[in-house]
Amino acid sequence: MIIQEAIKKRILILDGAMGTMIQQHDLQEEDFRNNDLKDHTISLKGNNDLLSLTRPDIIKLIHEAYLEVGADIIETNTFSSTTIAQADYGLQDWVYKINYESARIAREAADRFTSKNPNRPRFVAGSIGPTNTTASLSPDVNDPGYRAVTFDELKSAFREQVEALLDGGVDLILFETIIDTLNAKAALFAAEEVKFERNIQTPIMVSGTITDASGRTLSGQTTEAFLISISHCELFSVGLNCAFGAEMMRPFLKILSEKSDFMVSAHPNAGLPNEFGQYDETPEEMVDQIIPYLEDQMVNIIGGCCGTTPDHIQAIAELAKNYKPRQITYAH
Amino acid sequence: MKPLMLSGLEPLIVTEETNFINVGERTNVTGSLRFARLIKEEKYDEALEVALDQVRGGAQILDVNMDDGMLDGKAAMVKFLYLIASEPEIARIPIMIDSSKWDIIEAGLKCVQGKGVVNSISLKEGEKFFIDQAQKIKQYGAATVVMAFDEQGQADTYDRRIQICERAYRILVDQVIFPPQDIIFDPNIFPVATGITEHNNYAIDFFEATKWIKENLPGAKVSGGVSNVSFSFRGNNVVREAMHSSFLFHAINNGMDMGIVNAGLIEVYDLIPKDLLAYVEDVLLNRREDATERLVDFAESVTGKGKVKQVDNEWRKGNVEERLAHALIKGVIDHVEADTEEARLKYAKPLNVIEQPLMAGMNTVGDLFGSGKMFLPQVVKSARVMKKAVAYLLPYLEDEKSEIDSSKGKILMATVKGDVHDIGKNIVGVVLGCNNYDILDLGVMVPAQKILDEAVKNDVDIIGLSGLITPSLDEMVTVAEEMERKGMKIPLLIGGATTSRIHTSVKIASKYSGPTIHVLDASKSVAVASKLLGTDANDFSDRIRTEYEKLAKDHRGRQEAKTLITIGAARSNRMDIDWSDHETLKPSFVGIKSFVNFPLEEIREYIDWTPFFSTWMLKGKYPQIFENEKVGNEAKTLFDEANLMLDQIIANRSLQANAVIGFFEAQSVQDDVEINNEQVSIIHFLRQQGKKGNNIPNICLADYIAPKSSGITDYIGGFATTAGIGIERLIDEFEADHDDFKVIMIKAIADRLAEAFAELMHKKVRKEYWGYAPHEDFENAALIKEKYQGIRPAPGYPACPDHTEKKSLFELLQVEEKTGITLTESFAMYPASSVSGFYFSHPKARYFGLGKIGEDQIDDYTDRKGISKKEVERWLASVLGYK
Repeated sequence: MIIQEAIKKRILILDGAMGTMIQQHDLQEEDFRNNDLKDHTISLKGNNDLLSLTRPDIIKLIHEAYLEVGADIIETNTFSSTTIAQADYGLQDWVYKINYESARIAREAADRFTSKNPNRPRFVAGSIGPTNTTASLSPDVNDPGYRAVTFDELKSAFREQVEALLDGGVDLILFETIIDTLNAKAALFAAEEVKFERNIQTPIMVSGTITDASGRTLSGQTTEAFLISISHCELFSVGLNCAFGAEMMRPFLKILSEKSDFMVSAHPNAGLPNEFGQYDETPEEMVDQIIPYLEDQMVNIIGGCCGTTPDHIQAIAELAKNYKPRQITYAH
Repeated sequence: MKPLMLSGLEPLIVTEETNFINVGERTNVTGSLRFARLIKEEKYDEALEVALDQVRGGAQILDVNMDDGMLDGKAAMVKFLYLIASEPEIARIPIMIDSSKWDIIEAGLKCVQGKGVVNSISLKEGEKFFIDQAQKIKQYGAATVVMAFDEQGQADTYDRRIQICERAYRILVDQVIFPPQDIIFDPNIFPVATGITEHNNYAIDFFEATKWIKENLPGAKVSGGVSNVSFSFRGNNVVREAMHSSFLFHAINNGMDMGIVNAGLIEVYDLIPKDLLAYVEDVLLNRREDATERLVDFAESVTGKGKVKQVDNEWRKGNVEERLAHALIKGVIDHVEADTEEARLKYAKPLNVIEQPLMAGMNTVGDLFGSGKMFLPQVVKSARVMKKAVAYLLPYLEDEKSEIDSSKGKILMATVKGDVHDIGKNIVGVVLGCNNYDILDLGVMVPAQKILDEAVKNDVDIIGLSGLITPSLDEMVTVAEEMERKGMKIPLLIGGATTSRIHTSVKIASKYSGPTIHVLDASKSVAVASKLLGTDANDFSDRIRTEYEKLAKDHRGRQEAKTLITIGAARSNRMDIDWSDHETLKPSFVGIKSFVNFPLEEIREYIDWTPFFSTWMLKGKYPQIFENEKVGNEAKTLFDEANLMLDQIIANRSLQANAVIGFFEAQSVQDDVEINNEQVSIIHFLRQQGKKGNNIPNICLADYIAPKSSGITDYIGGFATTAGIGIERLIDEFEADHDDFKVIMIKAIADRLAEAFAELMHKKVRKEYWGYAPHEDFENAALIKEKYQGIRPAPGYPACPDHTEKKSLFELLQVEEKTGITLTESFAMYPASSVSGFYFSHPKARYFGLGKIGEDQIDDYTDRKGISKKEVERWLASVLGYK
């Protein structure tokens, strides 16, 4: 069954945080190195995507943990695997390999679960983060006309990542945590180019991030402006993730839910970080806040972002079973 | 049909009901001489003002055109669009990227995050180019203006207009699959009243073509450059504005959706003088042969400048504080230097200007951001204004500094790796600099290694770290760890918006043994720095450390309470001991054994002196404390006096040490230990309920005793020691002499003796009476560090905080009868210099803290103990993880 059919039947469950789960393993520098990287001069600790190569056992376990509790879609461990983000670690040349292997690990895990129950296929979404640069904002307050990255640089970085993820066998591409819509437009441009060249119809998911109480993206767009700015592509879904817990995300998700022609996804954080930058919302607290999403039929895909664990996803999956997915009704 | 949906930072949705859309035209080098000059002279600030005027004048889309032979049009387009993106008030509306050159259009499309409009493409160079460009525009996510222009040239009749527009529409909709609502036709607005007869019907042809397009090409919109129509009347704004207004009136009636106009400078149709309007409409509607001549004649009689732009400068009337606040909140940079100068003259010191009006303004910005009334690009503008004001004051601050003498110390400042925010850090730097500290500012995104290297190289006295975003917190921890690893001792200051005293105490101070202090804001930085580098630096650091350690401890308590698991889950996660693999050793006797008047000289060898010094408020470990510069001498004196008193006590036998120990057959049943004894059959323990990491159990002391289900007979021990028998008499004597010092001393010594006695008995138990570690041989120091096998937890202490269980222990050991220790109503032991507890012998037995526990365990415990819940809650108040 393809995902376009599955999503009509029920609310699909996306997995939870990768970083939060990795942190539970208390990894050291040597965990981020393999033989080829043993002499790499830059510290690699904290480069979680690299674990797909150096500790695939851990990544596999995390995928399985999410599949076990009912995730329909798992995300590859590739949030920061663009040449731009990996440049911090001097690993631009490793990008293809990281994406390819990450996709492969997720693919195998998903296929194992699909084969156990073919009526309940599991899907792999290639996770692509926004890179750590912004095309619409200057990093230098004194020089607002400066840009650390251009559209073309972003486009080619995203293109490399998309190609490697597709080679590794992902079912979908998920551009997530979009803080600057211009980055997202470069990403969509790249994805459409690759799809056109390969003559494939890989569904694209887009998920933006509303970063503060003003209800705007980091680059200053309102939710609706964000939606309009990415709607030129035929997307599989559009949604929101990160920055907020479910309750704070709700008014903005509602806008997408009312105005989007695409499926709507949400993967909020487990609340807001405490003074330590940690998330401590429990599964019970989180699902309480998600109930209104479901009662109002606001979503087609739901999962978790920072701070969520298999416990959270299990609670969400159990809850979502009882509700109907959002119906697309054109608002205007 | 969907509406045309565009966006800047905010949406613009064009539906059938939407009124005419003004496209601001002044940011066009071909249409505005002034704007062209500003761009050529690279006066981008003023060029942005032009854009802002358009937005404030009501422009809903901003047309930007850089087509000028003297310009690098592509570079100018990119630069200007980038600048617009940083001006939220302008970037609010969608951008119309206007050029006749495709490469400029494409460069522009790569700069706008919203959905803008391309102006324009056409069939001028044939279908292939047209299709390619339209496809690209679709991929970039923009709408497009399509000029009525084809291979034969620009359409100048009604027929040519509709023929070209229809052809373009069909290509776009059928071949490119371009959304029809994203197509905006420009059917060419040409000048009228040019004196050339063929031009007389241009306006009417436009109106009619507009009507046809709207009726025949579903979804398509109509736009045009309105100023063109009045080109013949350049220099006469009154006439031009009347022509524009009238043209729009008719065009809109025919369905025109949007137009490129000088937003804010359009005369209201109803306010056009009737005579002028008649002349103008004769021309536009081609109503008379001589319409042009008549309008030209009339125009000469109409003078004046036309509508004058209104600038909202009301805020300039406020006082200097209000003006600075306004400039910061609105991000207006124009007057900031003048206003800062005015403030500098008004305030006693330049620093006051920063600390008072400027910081007040930034605090308001912070509040507005926090409450969602401002968003990031606006805050960035405020920051720019702030920086400019601070930069202006800097030379004055420097001057002031040089009046005072030498530096008070060198402070390194850095925003940590991964973070670019530096306003707060810069302000702290300025404030400290003004107070005569040398500032070494490493800037933003500074890796830990560089911070350390520079600190060593420049021999700095303090390191200050700043950060605004959450990941910076972790990076600060890394810096602290590296400083510790390098054996650094200099103070570490932590500041920035996400930092907090609690995070600093729990995460950073715990990683670095040097002074680590959170500095709330710039105003606190001077006081902290001067204390850290002053004569009482150690006192200050110690005080902060003690305070932070308490904060950290309280925090752990709260954290545990937050993440309790159920008692059932905690029991499933018990300490997993493989009893089949363990041989329980029967003690040398079962029952109790008492020791009366035990030799004090023997006990003396086991004294741990470190707590003795802390009784006297002297901080330091024995024996290193004697080397301490500040307290060493005092510690030595006290130590000598204590030993002198001990000598006397031993010689006079003025204190008596008694003890009782006992061993009993025992088996655990869940969290209780069942004892084979007539007086007491059960001891109740509590289980940790905090959420644990992987492979970390939720421990209960009962886990260390073999479970009943294993069938193994295990043993539990108990003890009570005292060295306080007879202490009342000594205290009475000293008090009679009014010798408070000796009163404290005797109590301190008796306490130490009781503890030492417990240590001694435990050793005898391990080696001899229970005998599970007969070959153990540890120095006293190792004993103090509790390296031996087995534990002796005391009721009322972290592993088993319920004091009431002491009652069972006392009955079991017949403590009162054998030793003379009694229990008060509140289960305290008397004499105070007494110790009691349980013995556990299992090799895996470790001390632990119970942490917070849940109400479910309290309910369960209440049932087990058979006393009221209220009473249980009273005794266990400090560990309750619920309200």
